Amino acid sequence: MLRSALRFAPSRLCNQVGAQRLAATSIRAGFPRFSKSLGSESRSYQTTTPLAHATPLTSEKYPQLKRNPSFKQLTTDDVQHFRTTLPPECLLYAASEQDVHELTGYNTDWMGKYRGQSRLVLRPKTTDQVSAILKYCHDQRLAVVPQGGNTGLVGGSVPVFDEVVVSLDKMNQVRSFDDLSGVLVCDAGCVLESLDNYVAEHNHMMPLDLGAKGSCHIGGNISTNAGGIRYLRYGSLHGSVLGLEVVLPNGTVLNNLSTLRKDSTGYDLKQLFIGAEGTLGIVTGVSITTPPRPVAQTVAVLGVETYEDVQRVFKLARQNLNEILSAYEFWDNPSMDMVLHHAGDNARHPLAQAYPFYVLVETSGFNKEHDDEKMGQFLEIAMEKGHVKDGVLSENASQMATFWYLRETISEAAVKTGPTYKYDVSIPVPQLYNLVLDTRERLTQAGLYKDDKSGYPVKKVTGYGHVGDGNLHLNVIAEEYTAEVSQALEPYVYEWVEGHRGSISAEHGLGLMKAPHLYHSKSEAMIQTMQSVKHMFDPHGIMNPYKFLP
Amino acid sequence: MSSLRVLVGCKRVIDYAVKIRVNAAQTAVETAGVKHSMNPFDEIAVEEAVRLRERATKDSKLPKVDEIIAVSCGPTKAQETLRTALAMGADRAIHVEVDDKVALQPLAVAKLFQAVVQKENPNLVILGKQAIDDDAGQTGQMLAGLLNWPQTTFASEVGVAQDGAMQVSREIDGGLETLSTKVPAVVTTDLRLNEPRYASLPNIMKAKKKPLAKMTPEQLGVDITPRLETLKVIDPPKRQGGKKVESVDELIDKLKNEAGVL
Repeated sequence: MLRSALRFAPSRLCNQVGAQRLAATSIRAGFPRFSKSLGSESRSYQTTTPLAHATPLTSEKYPQLKRNPSFKQLTTDDVQHFRTTLPPECLLYAASEQDVHELTGYNTDWMGKYRGQSRLVLRPKTTDQVSAILKYCHDQRLAVVPQGGNTGLVGGSVPVFDEVVVSLDKMNQVRSFDDLSGVLVCDAGCVLESLDNYVAEHNHMMPLDLGAKGSCHIGGNISTNAGGIRYLRYGSLHGSVLGLEVVLPNGTVLNNLSTLRKDSTGYDLKQLFIGAEGTLGIVTGVSITTPPRPVAQTVAVLGVETYEDVQRVFKLARQNLNEILSAYEFWDNPSMDMVLHHAGDNARHPLAQAYPFYVLVETSGFNKEHDDEKMGQFLEIAMEKGHVKDGVLSENASQMATFWYLRETISEAAVKTGPTYKYDVSIPVPQLYNLVLDTRERLTQAGLYKDDKSGYPVKKVTGYGHVGDGNLHLNVIAEEYTAEVSQALEPYVYEWVEGHRGSISAEHGLGLMKAPHLYHSKSEAMIQTMQSVKHMFDPHGIMNPYKFLP
Repeated sequence: MSSLRVLVGCKRVIDYAVKIRVNAAQTAVETAGVKHSMNPFDEIAVEEAVRLRERATKDSKLPKVDEIIAVSCGPTKAQETLRTALAMGADRAIHVEVDDKVALQPLAVAKLFQAVVQKENPNLVILGKQAIDDDAGQTGQMLAGLLNWPQTTFASEVGVAQDGAMQVSREIDGGLETLSTKVPAVVTTDLRLNEPRYASLPNIMKAKKKPLAKMTPEQLGVDITPRLETLKVIDPPKRQGGKKVESVDELIDKLKNEAGVL
């Protein structure tokens, strides 16, 4: 048995990747022998420093950003205060300039785009400790950055200057789970994948799933109103979150960990904190409803000639798969090239030849025969009509995982290919891919890019995303982050999106990157109202400053 | 010999990505409501048969593959597994239907295959070296013995010449071993023989129309009564989680008093 297991492992690398996805989304977790690869796969999201390109200081990269002088500079008295009020393992302090590098993981985002200079990281274990920390910072005017798994893409979870980092990574306990209603109550620092594995034991699953699941925290998901690949079927966190426990900047704890599905009393305050990116307070506890875990899943990857066909196939999928359709994703051929190059032996092209577009369709249900029949019928119609040229259908769980790997690795593969400008936008579905084409055209005319050829400042312009949700990820992969490329892209991309009545952030939030561009998506009156809300909760503006609002 | 008739075995097993559980009665692993798929080694067997055919279409010096027949012994749902084999490129399938409750053991399977071989007259049988559910790894060898054919087990490379001469490489400790034999023969597949293809949509559709014949052990005149009795099935002992210690003294203390190794 041991011998066969040993022989089984090496040439089946692709399935190790598979096991990772399985652990999160499919019926059972992978074999224990995969746990090692599972770990390393997840860790890649936490890798913050070993990127090929060193991360410049945010304050140097964006000289127009000025430290708010009303914030106090951290003193040794402050550090002493925290030392006496918190257990020693909850505090990381860089006493000198030289030691700051020890906090790199907390100061730098995983893409290597933003780097702050915080000297103090606090890792509370309880809500009371969070409350005491915020009360002190509020009284002392110390600026604070709440941090979860630090997998954000817009620089929202790392300090800009010397803000104190409050990391929730030590608050990672499940508080309760109700088998009947499927309501889970847990700490905000729980890793999404661990929660998914936890509720899997009770045949439930988390209502959201995204590429960074192995590192991201549920609190961060809620604070950024994360979307992901289950959005199509299970909807927004605004619906699935039933209650929150939030610590306000002055230390007040708003405890509303309700497990009620229906409640029409008073203002629904929790909604304000969903997607507030830590600017109104820190989410410390979460009550969330989890749907029953599907027992039968199938994944197909289809080769499609045009973006119009991607839409036609989507319509067919909706009509024919209906309630079992759980994901409809697309990506273009440059994205596929990047993934295959990055994956090496971990993946191969699923189809006999390359196509301009690929579509991944997933069904999730509770009766395999019923689901298979529907899927078969849908695929037959799509092929007959000629909208799908070729495709593959998963025959087993590891193939399912390998197909998902192709879609889920795009983001990581882009970052490994080079410094990446990432835009996550909502656009009405018919115009979705035009943004990629127009951006390519603009960069080509500016002499910055030509047909994915080397020797230009921009290597690749790729598009992929959640067609079903009208959500496009535009990735522009450059040789290095330069002002020239930035200026060609911004505000161009935002203006384009505004012109097509889209949103400049569909699921990644605003952070530091998109805060100044909010007016492309929201009116003056709305932004003013948001600013008043912010001022009411956080009169000194200490919570995650410089971000979110213009 | 101028052409090949290939017979491949396809067992339906619990999907290898599924975490298996022992049933409450401790008599077997739980199979109800668990995802099943083709034994990975059998997928490799099907793939190899299809590749032998593809190679012959490119190189006229190689023997043509007249027919690829996929065979599965098991419950009705084994037909799904056979459809997968047909979608990968097998021409037709034979399902030897055996009730779900009957434990099918390697000797019985080898005898069923022997009967099918005598009926269908293939000159090459490719089987997985083992099935990942019971890990017995015996069927191929028993079948070769029953047929009195040569066997090349754990193949990592298979070549067949026009005159039926075969060269088969196997991974052994310290290197590769190459065996020469002649068809008719039994080959069992190892992992590195090939990487099975995905079933493409057009082929999945074509597979639905390919013939699938049903037989029973009685029709084949084979007694499948189990010869071995399973007394009990239990989980391996749970691994104890590691612990962090605060100091060297604590470590030494734990090594002495808890682990008892000092």
